[in-house]
Formats: sequence, C-alpha cells, structure tokens
Amino acid sequence: MLRYILRRVLIAVPTLILVSVFVFTLQKLLPGDPVLAMAGEDRDPATIAFLREKYRLNDPILVQYFVWLGDVLRGDLGMSLRTGLPVTELIAQKLPVTIQLAIMSMFWALLIGIPMGIVSAVRKGTWADWLANIVALSGLSVPNFWLGIMLILLVSVNLGWLPASGYESPFVDLKRSFQTMLMPSLVLGTGLAAALMRHTRSAMLGVLQSDYIRTARAKGLAERRVILRHAFRNALLPVVTLTALLFGELLAGAVLTEQIFTIPGFGKLVVDAVFNRDYAVVQGVVLVTAVGFILMNLLADVLYVLLNPRMRDAL
Amino acid sequence: MRQRPLWAALLATAAFAGHVSAADLRIGLQEDPDALDPAQARTFVGRIVFESLCDKLVNIDNAGNFVPELATEWAWSADGMTLTMKLRTDAKFHDGEPINAAAVVANIERGKTLEESRRKSELASVASVAATGEHEVVFTLTKPDATLVAQLSDRAGMLVSPKAAAELGAGLGKNPVCSGEFKFVERIDQDRIVLEKFADHWNAANVHIDRVIFLPIPDTTVRLANLRSGDLHMLERLAPSDVAGVKADAALKFESAVSQGYQGITVNVNNGARSETPFGKDARVRQALSLAIDREVVNQVVFEGVYAPGNQPFPPTSVWYDQSNPVQPRDVAKAKALLAEAGVTGRLAIEMQAANNPVQLQLMQVIQAMAAEAGIDISIKATEFATMLNEQTAGNYDSTQVGWSGRTDPDGNIHAFVTCKGGLNDSKFCNDKVEALLNEARTSTDQAVRKAKYDEAGKILAEELPIIYLYHQTWLWAMKAGVSGFVPYPDGMIRLAGVKVE
Repeated sequence: MLRYILRRVLIAVPTLILVSVFVFTLQKLLPGDPVLAMAGEDRDPATIAFLREKYRLNDPILVQYFVWLGDVLRGDLGMSLRTGLPVTELIAQKLPVTIQLAIMSMFWALLIGIPMGIVSAVRKGTWADWLANIVALSGLSVPNFWLGIMLILLVSVNLGWLPASGYESPFVDLKRSFQTMLMPSLVLGTGLAAALMRHTRSAMLGVLQSDYIRTARAKGLAERRVILRHAFRNALLPVVTLTALLFGELLAGAVLTEQIFTIPGFGKLVVDAVFNRDYAVVQGVVLVTAVGFILMNLLADVLYVLLNPRMRDAL
Repeated sequence: MRQRPLWAALLATAAFAGHVSAADLRIGLQEDPDALDPAQARTFVGRIVFESLCDKLVNIDNAGNFVPELATEWAWSADGMTLTMKLRTDAKFHDGEPINAAAVVANIERGKTLEESRRKSELASVASVAATGEHEVVFTLTKPDATLVAQLSDRAGMLVSPKAAAELGAGLGKNPVCSGEFKFVERIDQDRIVLEKFADHWNAANVHIDRVIFLPIPDTTVRLANLRSGDLHMLERLAPSDVAGVKADAALKFESAVSQGYQGITVNVNNGARSETPFGKDARVRQALSLAIDREVVNQVVFEGVYAPGNQPFPPTSVWYDQSNPVQPRDVAKAKALLAEAGVTGRLAIEMQAANNPVQLQLMQVIQAMAAEAGIDISIKATEFATMLNEQTAGNYDSTQVGWSGRTDPDGNIHAFVTCKGGLNDSKFCNDKVEALLNEARTSTDQAVRKAKYDEAGKILAEELPIIYLYHQTWLWAMKAGVSGFVPYPDGMIRLAGVKVE
C-alpha cells in the first residue's frame, strides 16, 4: 500500500511541472501588460521601467520560467504584484478559507445528495423519485450567483437572520464563522448534491438489479440491510470518485460564489490576479490547486481499495 | 466524547460574543485597496482608506479649495520657485514620533527616491526640500509648478513615520504608521481593513467613532444588501440604478457629489497608421460625432440622470469649467453637414474600444444608436481593461471610450493627455498653441491667469476634439439613517471627522 502511494506521488511530479509550464505560457500569451496595470493611472515611465526590471519582465520567457521554478523549489512562490505580499503568505491566508468552504459545501452535498439518490433508486417511479429528480434538476440548473443573491435578499435583508456576506475565521469567532459560511456553502452544496444524487441513483439502480442482491433478498435479509450493506457499499465506488473530483474542484475556489458572498478565498484571489496580470499569484494558486487535485485523486484511489477488497490484488 | 463539554462551552461563548460594538463604523468599498503606503499606492479606493489613516500637508474643502491640515499656512515666492510651509506643532505619528520639518523632508525624499515610489512624477518639480525651522520647510523647485500644492493635498503630501519607514522600507504598506485620525490595526487581504481611533490626534475631539472597518464588496447589489441588512453603515459607489430605491427607503440616507474626473472618447489622431482615417485626421468628423450625441439623454438612459453631462475635462461644477462653452445640444443635421463638408460620402465606419462591463457597454450602445442617425456606424470592441490600455498606448485603435478619475488641480485633468509628450497622450494630439498655453498655465500661481489659459486652450480642444468629453461621474454614497455628519466631497473620499453613528 505504502509503495503504491509513493509511486503515485512520484507520478504527480511530472504532472505538476507540465501544469506549471502550461499556465506560465498561457499567461504570457494574455494581452495586457502587467506593468501598465500596476503602474497606476498615471503610468509614470520611471515606475514602469523599475517594475519591469524588478519583476524580470524584460528577460526572455524561458529565463523567467526557470527563475520562477528555481524559487519554487526553494519554497518561494514569488511576490504578488498587486499587494506586494509574498504569494505563499496570500495562499496561507486564503487556503484555510477555501478548505472550510469546501468541507462545509461537501457536507451539505453528501447530506442531501446521497440519501436522495438512494431513496429515488429504491423507490424508483414513485413520487419520492420524482421529487428527488425535480430537486436535483433545479439544483443543477439554478445558477449559483442568482441563488446567492436571492438568498441574501431573503435571509439577510428581509429576515435578518444571517450576515449578508463576509468572512470570519472559526478560530476568532466560531459562531459567526458558521453564520457567514452557511449560505455560500448551501449554494455550492446544493449544486453538488444534485450531481451526487444523480450518480448515486444510477449506481444504485445498476447494483440493485444484480444477482447477489436477489440472493440476499432470497436469503430473507431485512430490506434495510440489503440496501445499505449490500447494495450501497458497491454503489459507493463511482460516488467516491465523483466526490473526490468535486472536492478537488472546490479547492480551486468557487469564483462566483466567493464574489457574491465576498469570501476571501482562492476564487477571488485568482480572479483579481488574472485581471491585474498578477502572474506569480495565478501560478502559485494553480500549482497549489493542482497539488490538491492530485491528493484528492490519490485519496479516492486509496478509499477504493479500502471499500473494495478485490482491488488490493491489483496493487 | 470527553471533549463535548469543552465544545459546548466554546459554542456558548461564541454565541454571546457580540460582533458589532456601538461606535464601530463599517464601510463597504467597491474594491480592495493595494499597498497601504502613500508612496507606493496607486488606486482610488486606497485613497479612501488613507483619508482616515494618513494626514497630509494640505487638504481640500468640499468646494475644492485648499485648506490646512498638517501645514497651517504656505506661501509662494514671487518667482514661483520656492514654497514655504509652516507646520502644526501639536501633531504626532501613530508610533508617538513627532511631526516636524525633519519628518516632512524625510517623506518628500522617500517619495522621490524609494524605488517602489509612485510619487516620483508628482514630485518631479521639487529640486530639494529643507527644514528651515523646527516646524517650517521650504520646497525649492526646478521650475515654477503651480500644481505642487495639489500634489501635497494627496498621497505625495501624506506623511508616514520616518522611523517606521526606515525600519520597514517598502514593507511599510503591510503595517502603515501615519498620523491620521485613525491608526492601523489589521488587514486581511480582500476581506477587511480595520482602523481604530488615534486618541493623540490633534483633531481627536471631533472624532466620534472608535473603530472603522473597511470591507471590500465588489458586487454592487451585495454591497447594498449588506447595508440594508445592517452589516454595513455606509457604502461608496452606489450603482445609479439603485439611487431611486435608496431614496425611497426611510432607513437609508443618500449623498452625492459630482466627481473631478471625466469620461469621454479618446480618438487616435496621430498614433501610428490607425490614425489615418477621416475620423482621426479631420476634426470636422469628430465634431460630427460629438454633435450626434445627446449627452442629457445618455445620462437619463444609462445613468438614471444622476451623473453630469460634460464637454470639458472639468465638470460644470468646477471653478475651472469654461461657462462660455456649455454642453451643446444634439444637432444631427449639423453633424451630417459637417460630414459632407469633410468629404465623407456614404456611411462612415469607426471602431471604438470600451471596457468590458455591462454599464460601459450600455453607454456604447446608446452612443452607437445616436451616431447611426448621423451616418456614423460604430462597431463596439468590448475589451478587458488592461488589454484596452495596451492597445491604446500601442496605437492599435481608432478610438476608446475611457475616462480619468480626476485631480484637484486642473493640470492633472488635461496636461498629460493633450500635450505633445504627455505621458497619457495616447491620441498623440500635438498643437503648439495648446502646448504653450498648458505649459504656461502650470507655472502661474495666480488662479485668474491660469483660468484664462485653460479657457483659451479649451476653445482649441473643443474644435480639435482629440478627446470627446461625454459626462462626469457622480460619487454616490448610501448610509444608514443613523449616520450623521457626513459631508460629500468632489474627490469621492470619505472624511470621518464629525461623523456620528447612532
């Protein structure tokens, strides 16, 4: 098992290098001069020249890349052009926020999506199935920014129950932290719940038709046990993969949701960075996100093995 | 399970922890400011924070006149080559260091020499600055420069503690030590900036707020929702479309002030091959477009009537506005006649860049429709802002809908845009007469003399139209009815002395 994990981590290295090269070149292809964005409205030529020199923007792109890579290997992701802060510091500030949002959103997604998927598969064709499908379809088709604004208007402005936007660290004020995260995580979570529900449902339907389920029922096992212990466990495999992928996506930051609820996470950071041509920040965030994605995939594979004993032989 | 009582206790404590205390003032900003160092800062929104955080030598009143802040009085020498300033004797920095002539000298030198400084061009005319007494400084200039007082009323005149600046260098932006009514507490990037009252400030008796919290909330709808829900006390840059709703809400108050800036159409008249068009080369064609636009209708349709139609680099509310050259009414027949006179046969096609946001594009569509009636077909090129500026500087454009946030001194709204070597002259307009007038205007310290020169240059510019001025944005604030004492200023800043929260 340990060797398997180690092998997977090693494979991740070339992936990361590829990702960094890709993002680096793509950014340089973007029109718009970062220095013009940074120099301010006055565009003072002396400032422009100084900034070009300071951020090595006069060097050939290959030199720029290797200088950046060298710094990264020493743990230095560079300086943000917009704020003048080290990128590592910005990431350290935003990553916990994004992780908190991701965990809370995933909590809602799993809490809503999986039971709904099971119920709609077991009660296929009944009103419960229809209801679950309608809920899922709305969850998938209602845009986040619309749902977000509607929730703010209803819950914060009309009812005054929750703060309209903003963020508080759970270590500073736990209650307020949950209050500020409740709406955004619900908005994100319901969208994901819909996808999870659809996947759970189809996986369950597939499994419920298999022979061993018929056998289990023939043995006289309680229906509850058949569904949860025999069918659900097998149906769980594709759901685990999906959950890991969705979680990886959440780590990349939820741009619109963060913008609406003014949450200082990865999404907002990277959008502002792109508009300001803040290369180092975009690079750093993408790199960290890629690492997160790879870790999530690895976690999914490990969970696979734990859930499905047959896969242990494949290691 | 043993930990449960601890968690329960934590939750209970959190539940009783009040979040908003009585004299907090929470202000919603449209963007997150950049570095909080007056020498390095470059954004408008950053200046709003500085207004509370950092005192400057000179301030302005709400009519745009200069008033004392750290400098109590100032005088020009007869030849306009030296400016003598006397300082307050009762002012201190937030770290307790005294504010004296040496501190001013250190700050001006920092602005001129710090590598990261964005103040170099603003202080370019200052040859040297010397302490001529404990509380008196003399600026010696390389050439007469009437705009210097205006520069000293903005970031170039803001003082940071020389001791902190020496220790932190360019890192001062992370932990600014100034001398304003409020001192820096903490900043969480893209989330909040917290300041608290500076008890030793010379004007502390007039400050009724204990803590100011600036919260960047970019979405205008969400910013207003935060105000309505009570999470904010005040917000800046309300959307014009929300003005009616705020005015109708008894729980809210509305304030506004016409800005010092402008929005217009910058035309490529001489910047490379793309200027070789009838639009770029013949002033009559530009006059035709200007006449085809009904600025009042634009204001009503796009901006709900809250902005100010304009035709000059200064708003009609400014003392520098030339009243003898008012905004012309729309005249399609005259526009067509001018086009014919310029030899344009058939319809004229023009490409116009505009920032890729809904409001600016709506503006462009209205202008497009109006121009079409005069025979000018505008194709709108929606472009992301940084790219748009690039194209404009490179001369890769016919025309751009773009503006300027405005400066207190008139020179800041005009000189760099239309003088031959002006740093912001992307149209590459160059006219000897305008050049001479604008250069003379910046050397005189007599307002009447300057006004006459700007009026004269303005008449030529109104004929030549390298920039077709359209309107002046109005700063719009919304606040809780319980906020009192707020005075709107044309620079869009929020001055908190005298402001109270119920």
